[in-house]
Amino acid sequence: MRPLLLKGHTRPLTFIKYNLDGDVLVSCAKDHRPTLWYADSGERIGTYKGHNGATWSCDITRDSTRLVTASADSTVKLWNLATGECIYTYEFDIPCRSVSFSLGEEYILLTTDAFMGVPPAVRILKHSKDTEEQTHEEVLLVNDAHPGRITRAMWGRLNKTFVTSCEDGLVRKFDASTGKLLNSVKIHDKSIQMMDMDRDQNTIITASQDKTSKLLDADTFEVLKTYQCDRPLNTAAISPIRDHIALGGGQDAASVTTSAGQAGKFEVVLYHKLFMEMFGTVRGHFGPLNFVAFSPNGKSFTTGGEDGYVRVHHFDSDYFEQEFA
Amino acid sequence: MEPERTGWPWDGFNIEEVELPDQSDDYGVPSDDEEDFNAEEIQKDEGFSCVVVVDNLPVIGIEKYEKLLGVLKKIFSQIGEVHEDGLYMPVDEQTKKTKGFAFIEFANPDQAKIARQQAEGYKLDKSHTFKCNLLKEVEDMSATPEEYKEPELKDFVRKDNLYSWMLDARGRDQFAVRYQDMTEIHWNDPKTGTSEDVYSRSFWTESYVQWSPQGTMLATVHRQGAQVWGGEEFSRIQRFGHSKVQLIDFSPCEKYLVSYSSQESPNPREGPMAVFNVSDLKSGQTLRSFKGKLSDFMVAGGEHKAPGVEGALQWPLFKWCQGNDDKYFARLARNKSGKTMISVYETPEMGLLEKKSLQMEHIVDFHWSPTQALMCVYQAASPDGNQPARVSLVEIPSRSEIKSKNLFSVKDVTVHWHPDGTYLALQVSRFTKSGKTSYNGFEFFRVGERNTPMEVLELEKKQEKIVSFAWEPKGHRFAIVHGDGARPDVSFYTMQDGQKGQIKHLGTLHGRPVTSLHWSPQGKFLIIAGLKGLNGQLEFFNVNDMDTMAINEHFMCTNVDWDPTGRYVATSVTSVHQMENGYIVWSFLGQQLYKVNRDRFFQFLWRPRMPLDLGKDKENEIQKNLKKYSKRFEAEDETLKSQADVEKMEERKNMETEWADFLESKKKVFEEIREEHEALVRLSGYVESEQSAQTEEIEVEEVVSVKEEKMPR
Repeated sequence: MRPLLLKGHTRPLTFIKYNLDGDVLVSCAKDHRPTLWYADSGERIGTYKGHNGATWSCDITRDSTRLVTASADSTVKLWNLATGECIYTYEFDIPCRSVSFSLGEEYILLTTDAFMGVPPAVRILKHSKDTEEQTHEEVLLVNDAHPGRITRAMWGRLNKTFVTSCEDGLVRKFDASTGKLLNSVKIHDKSIQMMDMDRDQNTIITASQDKTSKLLDADTFEVLKTYQCDRPLNTAAISPIRDHIALGGGQDAASVTTSAGQAGKFEVVLYHKLFMEMFGTVRGHFGPLNFVAFSPNGKSFTTGGEDGYVRVHHFDSDYFEQEFA
Repeated sequence: MEPERTGWPWDGFNIEEVELPDQSDDYGVPSDDEEDFNAEEIQKDEGFSCVVVVDNLPVIGIEKYEKLLGVLKKIFSQIGEVHEDGLYMPVDEQTKKTKGFAFIEFANPDQAKIARQQAEGYKLDKSHTFKCNLLKEVEDMSATPEEYKEPELKDFVRKDNLYSWMLDARGRDQFAVRYQDMTEIHWNDPKTGTSEDVYSRSFWTESYVQWSPQGTMLATVHRQGAQVWGGEEFSRIQRFGHSKVQLIDFSPCEKYLVSYSSQESPNPREGPMAVFNVSDLKSGQTLRSFKGKLSDFMVAGGEHKAPGVEGALQWPLFKWCQGNDDKYFARLARNKSGKTMISVYETPEMGLLEKKSLQMEHIVDFHWSPTQALMCVYQAASPDGNQPARVSLVEIPSRSEIKSKNLFSVKDVTVHWHPDGTYLALQVSRFTKSGKTSYNGFEFFRVGERNTPMEVLELEKKQEKIVSFAWEPKGHRFAIVHGDGARPDVSFYTMQDGQKGQIKHLGTLHGRPVTSLHWSPQGKFLIIAGLKGLNGQLEFFNVNDMDTMAINEHFMCTNVDWDPTGRYVATSVTSVHQMENGYIVWSFLGQQLYKVNRDRFFQFLWRPRMPLDLGKDKENEIQKNLKKYSKRFEAEDETLKSQADVEKMEERKNMETEWADFLESKKKVFEEIREEHEALVRLSGYVESEQSAQTEEIEVEEVVSVKEEKMPR
């Protein structure tokens, strides 16, 4: 099937999130408008208007009613997913990067960047179903554990812990109630650009500038698999149905102009998760790949590039039939 | 105010009693100046070598002491600067007479050396002839024990077999790669599609590595000197102390090693100084050292360039005569009047051959034949125009000129020896009559034939640029890349047209993105490569059939290297580029066998094989029975391949079971918290049904509109 090319953003893509059912997806970009799309047809449903800076990440509630977005304009906004109406705005004075709802959606895990002498921090915010009760209540603040930018933070099992990936190549685990550092392991030589967790919270996959991606045991941080790639990586995703992973990246934006198009390595690379062998590439973007996400049913995946495009790729039927040889 | 009390026992403490550590104690931290200190010490040591001992003087009484001293002073101050109070004649206490010798101290060791040479054998009168020695030498001599002591015999230690890599049962080749701080040696194992590690080491070398010409050793270069390694375990064979060595070069038969370093001269007004050491590979001893201003060694390019302006040193500066047991090596030099000459040195004495250099004016460069003691010397035209440019073949050691040719209105000449030494091609670019533009032509010498006949070849379009020229190894053909645009033509010629033995054009490939040609070491196959700016297109070409076998691409490829047998080719991208660093190994047919990516990749070096001389009969026999042999090897390959497949499947199976175990253990973890988890999920008010949603396909037909239209006839 031909990939769907979603043209809606004017600036590089930063994040893509499917809802639980996988019928819609939200894309975030450095322009100020997160956008909602039909995942199957690529039709644009609408945009969320209100942010005044790049939006770095988002999350959708399980029942697909609410969206949370974090932006460089120092705000985190809650939206009505369907109508695009802004329900609540958490205001900070520092750029916000990674957000995610806890299981049960009582809390939001947020990371903020270093800014004007303020160190990078992880915060847990209270989230309330009832709009009337929603207040700006910060349950936890951890601001002394990371020497560099926190690129992603994710909840652990039963919301008891959370995991962060940092520019210094370390992955850390914290106690979510006390903020105590439980474990930290140096995984990469260079910055970890993004990490993702499988649906069962068993494994974590990281993508690093050092051209490798690693699969970790989510509980112990033991490195289970290493995927050696030939390009700096920005993003990695685990297929929900098959033992495959998708990686993406490319030469960084500053040096792209110094080489021909092909040299940039902007394809999505598919690896076998267990055998650590590459089995395919999907071309399309003409800028570095910033994000890749599998749809919850595993039948398609979506990529977002520095070139401002979102592409939805559906796997051909033989992808599901073929055994790895 | 009372000073604040710390834990220190201030009472009963006397500052005089404190013992400070010795000033010279460095606490185990070496100083950066250490080298300088050591250098000074060496200088002091040399104070001894400033003194000359003059023996065989007349034995005289005290009364004549001053007179003789005056005579000596007069003699020696003519030779060098005698130190004040630097003259001393010991006097025998009992007889009150001199002992018949004197010490003379000079300002520096060099003067002392000169004085020793010049005053040696000086006749003071009939019965007194000076015997001169440096005091240092006298010391050394007196330190020699009187009695002969037999040197102890050391137990025989079996060294590694240096040729073990040639004994590989499957006839594989090795190669060395260097990237980041790693240097690795691998077997090229294309049958299993991989390379097998032999040896690897980080920070093995400080600048680069180099195989010896026959592959016996690998040389590494360090600040303190060069080292060579070999044997199965790559243990050290020898080291060569040469401070700040920059470049090294082996002699073709691996008997000697030339190393080079240059250093800023202590006098800032002078240019850098250069040191070239020629060392014996087996003993590690430096046999001869050439020192001087770096600019004095930069002779190549001829006299029309002012000395010292050339900028770069030609390396190797010392060119070894090939295939002659390393008997001669030569370099281009300048004599005292600034004229060029070729200095040929003879081993193992390391002296100038017959103590004379070959005086030839305006030499731009010279090249040894790849197989015999014959050199091709190219002299540029004299600046006044009286002498045309000249190319001559000179035989060593007879120095007789076998053949020469004058060339007129020459801009430049490039010399291409055939690897077998049978032909010599000169790529000559000449000025047109106007002197503004130039055109190209070739001159050929058939060195292998009697009287060395010559031939001229001109291209159809003479003005075209010659991009590249390459001889076919073990053959009679050559290929030329010519053309001005980005896609030049490649033309093939043979030196042996039928019985007559004439140059014949075989064919031309038009418009190829090519920058260089790479013949297989066995001939017949050629890679037409467009490197660097041309994206790395590789055309694998069979010259016998004039047929393209494959066209492939190694993006941004910078180097193409055939293995010594001509079975495989490696292409690599070195760190001159940011991305895509690494190498690909191809079969000679152009199939990609495997690819390795390495960041900051520096070197790919096939290990050379030593020449194998089976003799004609044996070679013919193998040729004849080739089918029989190949059957055996094919069977071997097959088993190897299936074995590799089995191993791989086995490994995968292991990985799969491991993973299943991992998931099983995680499942148990989850079971324990399952209820809590489900409670949390319920909190969000949205629970997925256990069964996946049923999809029903319903076909709906809808009539959009119906319109009747008449078809126009």
